[in-house]
This record gives sequence, C-alpha cells and structure tokens, in this order.
Amino acid sequence: MGQVLTLKRRQNLIGWLFIVPASVLIFIFYFYPIVRAALLSFQTGVGVNLQYAGLFNYQRLLADNVLKTSITNVFIFLIIQVPVMLTLALILASLLNDPNLKFRGFFRTALFLPCATSLVSYAIVFRSLFALDGLVNFVLTSLNIVERPINWIGNPWTARALIIIALTWRWTGYNMVFYLAGLQNIDRSIYEAALIDGASGFTRFTRITVPLLKPIILLTSIMSTNGTLQLFDETMNLTNGGPANATLSVSQYIYRLSFQYSPRFGYAAAISFVIFVMVAVLSFIQMRVGDTR
Amino acid sequence: MIRRRLANVFKYVFLFAAALLSIFPLLWMAVSATNSSVDVVTGRLLPGTYLLENFRKLAETHNIGLAMWNSFRNALAATAASLVVCSIAGYGFEIYYDKGKDFLMRILLLSMMIPFAAIMIPLFMMVGKMGLLNTTTAFVLPTVSTAFLIFLFRQSARYFPPDIIEAARLEGMSELGIFFRMYVPIMRSTYVTAGIITFMNAWNNYLWPLIIMQSKDSIVMPLLISNLIAGYVTDYGMVMLGVTLSVLPTVIIFLLLQNSFAEGILSSMR
Repeated sequence: MGQVLTLKRRQNLIGWLFIVPASVLIFIFYFYPIVRAALLSFQTGVGVNLQYAGLFNYQRLLADNVLKTSITNVFIFLIIQVPVMLTLALILASLLNDPNLKFRGFFRTALFLPCATSLVSYAIVFRSLFALDGLVNFVLTSLNIVERPINWIGNPWTARALIIIALTWRWTGYNMVFYLAGLQNIDRSIYEAALIDGASGFTRFTRITVPLLKPIILLTSIMSTNGTLQLFDETMNLTNGGPANATLSVSQYIYRLSFQYSPRFGYAAAISFVIFVMVAVLSFIQMRVGDTR
Repeated sequence: MIRRRLANVFKYVFLFAAALLSIFPLLWMAVSATNSSVDVVTGRLLPGTYLLENFRKLAETHNIGLAMWNSFRNALAATAASLVVCSIAGYGFEIYYDKGKDFLMRILLLSMMIPFAAIMIPLFMMVGKMGLLNTTTAFVLPTVSTAFLIFLFRQSARYFPPDIIEAARLEGMSELGIFFRMYVPIMRSTYVTAGIITFMNAWNNYLWPLIIMQSKDSIVMPLLISNLIAGYVTDYGMVMLGVTLSVLPTVIIFLLLQNSFAEGILSSMR
C-alpha cells in the first residue's frame, strides 16, 4: 500500500515538472508585465527615468483629445464592421452548408483564403488598390462612376470606410469557418421539417440557424471585439492613422507615445491599462447578454 | 417554381461574386508583381514580363534575402520551442490531473484576456534590460508558452488511451519516455495543427519585431514590406513582388494543409 502511494506521489511530482516550465513562462511574460504596466501607469518621466506621480497619468488621460479620438475611431470600426462582417459570414456559411451546392469546395477555399495573408501584407495590397492612382479609382473613373479619383486615404470617412472594407475582406471567411463547423452539428431533419411546413429560406435562417448558432455567434463577436480594440497593423500600414488621426487606433497611439515621440512609458502604460479594462468589460457584457437572451 | 429557380440563380451569383472579391486582391497582387509600375497604375490585369526587373530593384534597395532568412529562422525557432514547452505542459495537466493543477490551468487561461498592447512596454523594457534587443531569443520568448496551445494539447491528451500509459509503465518505461515515444507519435495531427498556427503567427508578427528589431541586420519580412511603402513615390511592381514573397510561405501552407489550418482556428472553440 505504502509503495503504491509513493509511486502515485512520484508520478504527481513528475506531472508538476512537466507543467512548470510553461507555467513559469506565462507568469513571466504575461502576468508580471501586466502588473508592471499597472505600476508604470503611476509613474512619469522620459524613457527609463521614472518617478512616482500618483494619479497624474490618469488625470492627463481624461483630458487627452487624441485618446478620445482614437477610442471613438475604434468604436466606429467596431459598431459598423463587426455586425456587417458577422452577418455576411453567417449568410455565406448557411449557403455553403447545403450538401447539394455545386463548387462547394471552391467557394469554401476562396472565401477562406484571405486568412492566409498577414495583416501587414493585405493592408499594403489594399492601400495600393485604393491609392489615388490605384486600380479602384482607375475603374471608377473609366466607368464614369466618379468624375475625379477619390482620395480614399485623404478624407476621414473614406479612410474609415477603407479600413472597414479591408477588415471585412480579411476576417469574413475566418468567422464563416466557425459557423460552418457549428452548422454541421445541427440536425438536418430540423430544416427538412421546416421546409415541409412551408418555411421560407429567410424564415429558416432567422428561426433555426441563428438561434441554434447563438453560442458560436457570441464567441465570434467576442473575438472580433477583442481584435478590433487591439487594431494596429492595418491602421499603421493602410492609413497610418490619418488623415488627422481619423483612423488612429488606441494601440497605435500607445505605440506612438512609447516609441515614436520621446518615450512616455508611464502615460502609455496608463492608456494600455484602459485597453485591458475595455477588453475585459466588453467580453463580460457580451457574455451576460448572450446568457439572458 | 420559377421563384425557386430565380432564388437558386441569385444564390450562385452571390457566391461567385463573394469568391471573386475574396480572391481578386491576391490575384492582382501576384499579377502586379510581374508588371511595371506604370502597367499596374494603368489597370493591366494580365501577367507581364517585369518580374526579373522588379526583383532586381527590390534586391538592390532592400535586403530581401536577409529578411526572408530572419523571418524563417525566427518563425521556426518560435514554433519548435512552443510545441515542446506547450505540448509537454498540456500532457502534464491532463494525464497527472489533480485539483492543484486544474486551478493553475484556470489561472493560466486568464492570460488570454491580456491584450498585447497592454504589456508591450514592460516586455520591451525587460528584453532591453536582458540585453536581448535584435535577437531571435527576444522574438521568441514572449510567445513560447501560450495558454491557447497548452489548452489545445490538454484537450488532445484527453483522447490518449490510458491503457497505453499503463502498459508502458509495466514495461518499465519512464514517464518522459512515455510522453516522447507514445504520446508525440500518436498525436501527430495535433502537432501539425498547432505548428501551422504558431508558425503563421510568428511569420506574420509585426508589432513585436517593430519594437525590438531595431538594427538593419535583424529585419524581418513584415517590417521590410512595411518599409516599401514609406517613400513618396511607390513602385507598385516592386512593392507587390515584396508582398507576394512575404505571403508565399503562408499561402502555400494554407493550400496544402487547409483542413489542419481550419482545425487550428476552430480549436479556440473547444
């Protein structure tokens, strides 16, 4: 009996040895830095010459108009882009879910392909397509749809529209894959019964597909919200935050404060804490809303 | 009947339009890489003969070979380190399950809530203090261990038959031996999935190298193509060649292993 116990204990100990390296690394590279960021947010100074300053950074933050602009921008992207993209992904997924659909494999691969591109590379492709002398303007002017080329990245609302178009292009297929996987778990006979009862395609979509996929819709909306709040690569390379900060994201503002101007690590850390709180709160709200509905 | 037929036609038109819009930017990118900047601007959509000329210009003005090599080295190092560290941890959490380890796992999962932007400044200061700026080690360290991968391997260890472990123990195999010689070969597909996700994330990572790779010699592909558009005049043929080269490895992986790739994306759902 005693021997069995020591054997169990030995195995238990080995189990701990297996998980210790990974766990220690997560503590060092996630939990320690977030604590450091919290402490930094109470300090001011340039570079690494920092001193304690109480709530100074947080007071400054409340009066910072650039920060307000960047938060507004991110929420504009969030409110317009996420619902459009998720609706589109849902429609595409429910169309592709039909087993009799021709070219199904082709459609799936084609719609999923944008996920294989890095955020920087597709941002540059879209920047070139929508440049003043780019293909989109060439087509629009050739077809006489517009008289003069549109300066997409030069006007606040067209620049925002461009970010939204690009984000939708990159992430619709990604979300569609989640919905396709979810649809596979829905019993086909439910649809057949609805068809016999004379339910239209639209009714089947809103009464069967959407309610049954609710947990996955919730998951994808949390992921998209999270991603949009942390937007960086696209605004940096597609519009560079311009014009006049109209597409500046919060992450890019933090980057500017820390690495482009004289480094204000303390103040940047205070803002990064705001992102952290926003991500946490929004995920929490979405989870609660999803539960009660 | 006619209405249903019309709906059917509309469905295919919609799907083909969506598929075309999805592919077109990438097709245009690849075609433009073979055309001169003037051709690109004047809307040429057919492959041209400027590929070599574009490559010559790109290689003359930017160190594309070095950036490719750095990107490969960093991404491979990140993938290898992650797979070893996270898979052994995931296996440990599941096979030697007890309340203490379960509690630790729950805490580790909280790390997924932390946005990178919130910790990049402390990370940068840490790496700087360790004297690791511009190194592969600095690139790899923050992403070696992720709660996502540990969780993925823990889930796959759930399907690992306990009989195999018991039999191997009776034969006198060590616990580490069981992991390496039994679990790893059986779970090959999980490793492929995890490997694809990790490699792609590392290959495409932009913000972290932007901060820590400050010397010319440590440049990686995302930084290089980002630099391509920095000037006032853009040479579209050359830029699109650079972008094409930067997406080539990930697009090839995608086309060859599409199902594993989808599996990797979906694993955050379980």
